Amino acid sequence: MNPSTLLPVGINNLAEIWVYLSATPLFGLTLTLLAYVLADMAYQRTNRHPLANPVLIAVATIIAVLTLTRTDYKTYFQGAQFVHFLLGTATVALAIPLARLWNELRARAIPLLLAVLAGGAASVLVAVGVAKLLSAPPTIVMSLLPKSVTAPIAMGIAEQIGGSPTLAAVFAISTGIIGALIATPLLNLLGVRDWAARGFAVGVAAHGIGTARAYSVHPRAGAYASLGMGLHALLGAITLPWLAKLII
Amino acid sequence: MLASMIRGLAILLIFQSIGEVATRFIHGLIPGPVIGMILLLVFLIVKKKIAPSISTAADGLLAHLAIFFIPAAVGVMLYVSELASAGAAWLLAILLSTAASMAITALLLKWFFKGDDSGAKKPDLSS
Repeated sequence: MNPSTLLPVGINNLAEIWVYLSATPLFGLTLTLLAYVLADMAYQRTNRHPLANPVLIAVATIIAVLTLTRTDYKTYFQGAQFVHFLLGTATVALAIPLARLWNELRARAIPLLLAVLAGGAASVLVAVGVAKLLSAPPTIVMSLLPKSVTAPIAMGIAEQIGGSPTLAAVFAISTGIIGALIATPLLNLLGVRDWAARGFAVGVAAHGIGTARAYSVHPRAGAYASLGMGLHALLGAITLPWLAKLII
Repeated sequence: MLASMIRGLAILLIFQSIGEVATRFIHGLIPGPVIGMILLLVFLIVKKKIAPSISTAADGLLAHLAIFFIPAAVGVMLYVSELASAGAAWLLAILLSTAASMAITALLLKWFFKGDDSGAKKPDLSS
């Protein structure tokens, strides 16, 4: 980087300070942390109400700020990438709750595997069925197919089966947010009280963002959610490209 | 506390790095962090003990897991017009399929786990 761009010498009005700050990674990073702090405050204030989902509120706030300040996503991401990078590290960290519950999970391996197979199949069949019924174009259908699998895997699968990787990522993220919003009322309605069953179902259907919701509600639900997400990711990567050929 | 957190983070980053290298060998079929998670899990199970530093770092990251999804999710802004022109089919498909997937998984497990409270009896490594 050119040292002269690092020193705001000669800045003499607010607009110039803004031009300077918004071009540095500081802007995207500060905006991301600030939006999350505010969204998390709202979430805690409402006693973690599902509709006050921190991802949804923070993302809406950031998009509003970026639109108002005419900042493009690329500029924002220069700063936000530092937070984005840690998503990978947090994914690795999911091994710890799984290791803590290992004996219990091993004893329950067969029911958990059957549940993730059923939940994964339901996700694909209903998504493709509804989209075809409403005559959505094939690119949309193929991008919807892997939407309950975690975003990076969903993108890879969509590319293999003739969907759009970017649309697949958007659909996966939307699935995570919608899953986090509906989980508590839906599971209450179904009378599922066990944190293990609740958490696992949220992880299978709504991957990472659902898992974040599960962690904020109960640590046991969070651990089971990360297992559900992880198993769905592994099985999805192996079976979905093959399943796509079968149903289309 | 901070020293322990940094030590734990370093260990997590080592496994993330191994995962990133390993994913090249399978052409990215499974993302690097997922491979890193599996390898760390195997390591912890073999060792039969979780170092306090790893616990501290992991619990710190996982308590605010939601923040790490924000930068990627803001990327939705790039596709707003494309999605609007695609109509509501995709939204309805996502809503119904996510609800169906969650309901079937939860109900199956509720039925499987009936009378099984192994989780309550065996605290093993959990706190």
